[in-house]
Amino acid sequence: MTTLTPTPAGPPDLTPDSTADTRALLAGMDTRRRVTDKVMTGLVVASFVIALIPLISVSWTVLSNGLDRFNLNFLSVSMRGVFGGMDAGGIYHAIMGTLEITALAALISVPIGLLAAIYLVEYGRGALAHTVTFFVDVMTGIPSVVAGLFAYALFAVVFGPGVRFGVVGAVALSVLMIPVVVRSCEEMLRLVPNELREAALALGVPKWLTVVKVVLRTAIAGIGTGIMLAVARVIGETAPLLITVGVIDSINFNVFDGRMMTLPVYVYRQYSQGLVPCNDPAAICIPTINYDRAWAAALTLILIVMLLNLAARLLTRVFAPKTAR
Amino acid sequence: MAKRIDVKDLNIYYSDFLAVADVSVDIEPNSVTAFIGPSGCGKSTFLRTLNRMHEVIPGARVEGKVAMDGVDLYGEGVDPVAVRRSIGMVFQRPNPFPTMSIAENVLAGVRLNNRRISKGDAQDLVESSLRGSNLWNEVKDRLTRPGSSLSGGQQQRLCIARAIAVRPQVLLMDEPCSALDPISTLAIEDLISELKDNYTIVIVTHNMQQAARVSDRTAFFNIAGSGLPGRLIEVDATSTMFSSPREKATEDYISGRFG
Amino acid sequence: MEGFAGRAFRWTATGAGALILAVLAAVAVFLIIRAWPAMSARSGELSEKINWFPEGQSLLQFIGPLVWGTLLAAAIALIISMPLSVGIALFISHYAPRRLANTLGYVIDLLAAIPSVVYGLWGGLWLIPKLQPAWAWLADNFGWFPPFAGPASDPPRVILSVSLVLAVMILPIITAVCREVFLQAPVLHEEAALALGATRWEMVRMAVLPFGRPGIISAAMLGLGRALGETMAVLMILSPGALYSLALLKVGQQQTIAANIALQFPEADPLGVSTLIATGLALFVITLVVNMAARAIVARRKDFSGAN
Repeated sequence: MTTLTPTPAGPPDLTPDSTADTRALLAGMDTRRRVTDKVMTGLVVASFVIALIPLISVSWTVLSNGLDRFNLNFLSVSMRGVFGGMDAGGIYHAIMGTLEITALAALISVPIGLLAAIYLVEYGRGALAHTVTFFVDVMTGIPSVVAGLFAYALFAVVFGPGVRFGVVGAVALSVLMIPVVVRSCEEMLRLVPNELREAALALGVPKWLTVVKVVLRTAIAGIGTGIMLAVARVIGETAPLLITVGVIDSINFNVFDGRMMTLPVYVYRQYSQGLVPCNDPAAICIPTINYDRAWAAALTLILIVMLLNLAARLLTRVFAPKTAR
Repeated sequence: MAKRIDVKDLNIYYSDFLAVADVSVDIEPNSVTAFIGPSGCGKSTFLRTLNRMHEVIPGARVEGKVAMDGVDLYGEGVDPVAVRRSIGMVFQRPNPFPTMSIAENVLAGVRLNNRRISKGDAQDLVESSLRGSNLWNEVKDRLTRPGSSLSGGQQQRLCIARAIAVRPQVLLMDEPCSALDPISTLAIEDLISELKDNYTIVIVTHNMQQAARVSDRTAFFNIAGSGLPGRLIEVDATSTMFSSPREKATEDYISGRFG
Repeated sequence: MEGFAGRAFRWTATGAGALILAVLAAVAVFLIIRAWPAMSARSGELSEKINWFPEGQSLLQFIGPLVWGTLLAAAIALIISMPLSVGIALFISHYAPRRLANTLGYVIDLLAAIPSVVYGLWGGLWLIPKLQPAWAWLADNFGWFPPFAGPASDPPRVILSVSLVLAVMILPIITAVCREVFLQAPVLHEEAALALGATRWEMVRMAVLPFGRPGIISAAMLGLGRALGETMAVLMILSPGALYSLALLKVGQQQTIAANIALQFPEADPLGVSTLIATGLALFVITLVVNMAARAIVARRKDFSGAN
C-alpha cells in the first residue's frame, strides 16, 4: 500500500545558496519578539504562582496555629463562665448555632431557589423571565452586610428595634443563598436533554409530572452538589450574623428566641478581644488564649467548608454517568 | 520567492495514535499541488504538518523529515514561528479577526515583525495584497469597516490577502472553498491559478473537479479502515491521475465509487 | 391541556420567580423605612443623640468619607487583582497543559472557599507584621507619590494592607469569569494568528484578549462589587478614620461603609442603627449599579441548553 513517487536524487533547482537562505529565514524571529514572548510567558506563570502564596499561607497558618487547641474538649464546651486568660472554653455553642441557622437558611432557600429555577427553565417566557434572570444575577452581588441589615429591618418592623434571634440570621443568609441556588439548579436543569422531556410528554405524561419525575430525577445529583456549594458559601458569612444574631457565650438551641453564637462570629469575637493582660503570676493565664481560640475555630470552619466542597465533588463524581451524557 | 518542499517518511501522531503513516512526496515550486481523498484520510492533518500547525494541538507530533529547499522544518535551529511565517495558511472557514478592520486584518501578520511600518508603506501593502487576492476593487472604499462585514467569499479572499501580505514562500489551503457558494468558489479558483506565479501552493479539497481545474499535480490519500492510519496512495501529474491512475483505489475514488 | 395539578405547579414555580423580585424590592423598601428616621432628622440631631456621630455634620457629610474609603479600598484591590487574574486565567486557558486546566482552576477556586473572617484573621495576625518592611520601603522610595507619602505606620493597619487582602479575596471571582471567556476564544482565530507566524503571546494579544474584552470588563465589575461590600477583612485589619484621604500607608485615614456598620451596629441605639442603615442603603445602591453594569455588559450566556 505504500506506492511512492520515485524521489529524484537531487532536486534540480536546489542550490547551496537557496538552502542557506532558507536556513536563515527559518532560524527565527527578531530578539524583541522572542524576549516579549518569553517575558509574557514568565509573567503568566508567575501570576499563578503568586496566587498560590496566599492559599498556602492561609492554609498553613490556620493549620499550624489552630491545631494546638483543636481537640475534643474545644469542640464540646461553650464559653460560659470563661474569662481572662483561662485555659478553657470551646466552640460547641457556635457550632450548634451555625448548624441550626445554616440549616434553616437552606430550608428557606432551597424550595424557593429550586422552584424559581424550574420556572426559568421549564416555564419562563418573556419579560418576567428575563427580569428574574437579570435580578438573580444582580442579587448575587448584594453585600452580605446589607443582607443582614435587610433581615434586621424586616424583623424590627414586627418585633421592634434591637431584635436578635436565629431566624433573623437565617433570613439574612437566605437572601445571599437564594441566587446561588437558582443559578446552580438552573444550570443543572438545562443539562437535562430535551429528548427526555419530549419522550415523557409524547407518552401523555402531563408537563408538571414530567418535570418532577423525569427532569428533577435526572438532575438530582447536580442539584445536590449545587446546594452543598451554596451552603458552603454562606456558612462562612460573618457580618450579617454579627448584626442579626449577635454574640453570646452560652448555648442557645432556640432559633426563635435570643442571641446565638455562630462559628464565624466566634472567630471575629475572639480576635477582637485581643491579648489578655496576665498580671497574677499565681493564676494560670495564657496571654494569647483569645487568638488561639480564634485560630482553632477558624480551622474548624475551614474544615467544614472543605468537607462540604469535597462532598459536593464526590456527589457529582458518583452520579456523573447519569447526568453527563 | 517560491520554494519547494520535500517530505520523506513522515509519520504523524496524535499522542500515541498514528494518524498518517509513511508519507513521502515532493512539492514543486510555483505549482499547485492538490490533496484529495475521502474524509478522515489525513490529508488535512498532513497539510498542517507542512507549516508545523499540527503541533499546536496538545499531544500532536511527527516523525520523519519535511524539508523546504533542503532545510528540515523540524530540525534544530528552526523556529516554528518562522516556519509559519514562511509558509502561509488559509483555513476551511474564513477567519478574519472580528475586532479588526479590513486593512488591519491585511496588516495583522506584517505588524508582528514590523510594528512601526510607515503609513504609506502600510497603505501600499494593503492595496497590493488586496489586489493580489482580487478583492481590492470590492473593498477599496471601506477599508476601515470590520472584516466580518464582508460576504463569506470576500472574507476568504481577505484571509488570502492577509496570508500573502507577509510574503510567504508557500501557501497552504485547507479546503478553502468548502464553506463558499459556487460563484465565490470560482473567484478563489481563478485566484489560485494567478497566485502560483509567485507562490508554491498546496490545496486540500474534497471536490475532485476543483482539483482537476486548479492543480498541476494531485496526491491521493486513503484510509484502510477506522483506527488505521491514512496513507498516501499515489501522486502524479493531475492529468495522468484523472485519466490513467496506477492504483485501483485511486480510480475508484476518482470515478465516484466511494468517498 | 393542563389539569389542576399542572396549573398549581406552574403557578408555584412562577410565584417563586416573582418572589425573588419581591425580595429584592423588599430589601430596598425596608432599608429605606428603617433609614428614614436618620434621613429625616433635623440638622444637629444626629450628632446630639449618637455618641459616635461627628459633631456638627449632616448625614451626607457623614456618609461622604465612608463612600470614599469604600471606593478607594475596592479600587486599589481591583488594580492589584486585575493583572494577576488575567494572567492566571491565561495560564489556565492557554499556557498550562489542557489536562491540568480543570485541576488548576479548582485550586484557584479554593481561594473563594475560604471564609472572609479567616482572611481577616490571617491578615490581622499573620500578614500585617510581614507587610511593615515592604510598606516602609515603599514610603522611603516612592514617598514623592502622594498616596505613598510616609512615614508608613507601624503596625500597618492601613488601607493598602486591606486592599491587598481584598485583592486576594476577589482574585478567584475575576479569574473564574476571565478563564471562562478565554476558553471560549474561537480556535479559528487563534489558528489564524499562529498561521501568520505569531508567537503564543502575540496569538493571545490578537485573538484571545480582544475577544475576551467584554468578559474581562464584566469580571472586573463583579470583583469590584464584591470588594465594595466586603466587611470582615476591612473590619479586622484597618485602623479607621473618616477623612477624604489618599494616604495609603497611614492609619486613621479612611473607613469603609460595610466595616463601619459591623463595627458600630452591635452597640448602636435606634437612631444610630437608622444612620447605619442609611449608609448601608448607599452601599446597596453603589453595588447594585456596579453589578447591573457588569451584567449588562455581558448578557448572560445561553449556551449548552438542553431545554429551549
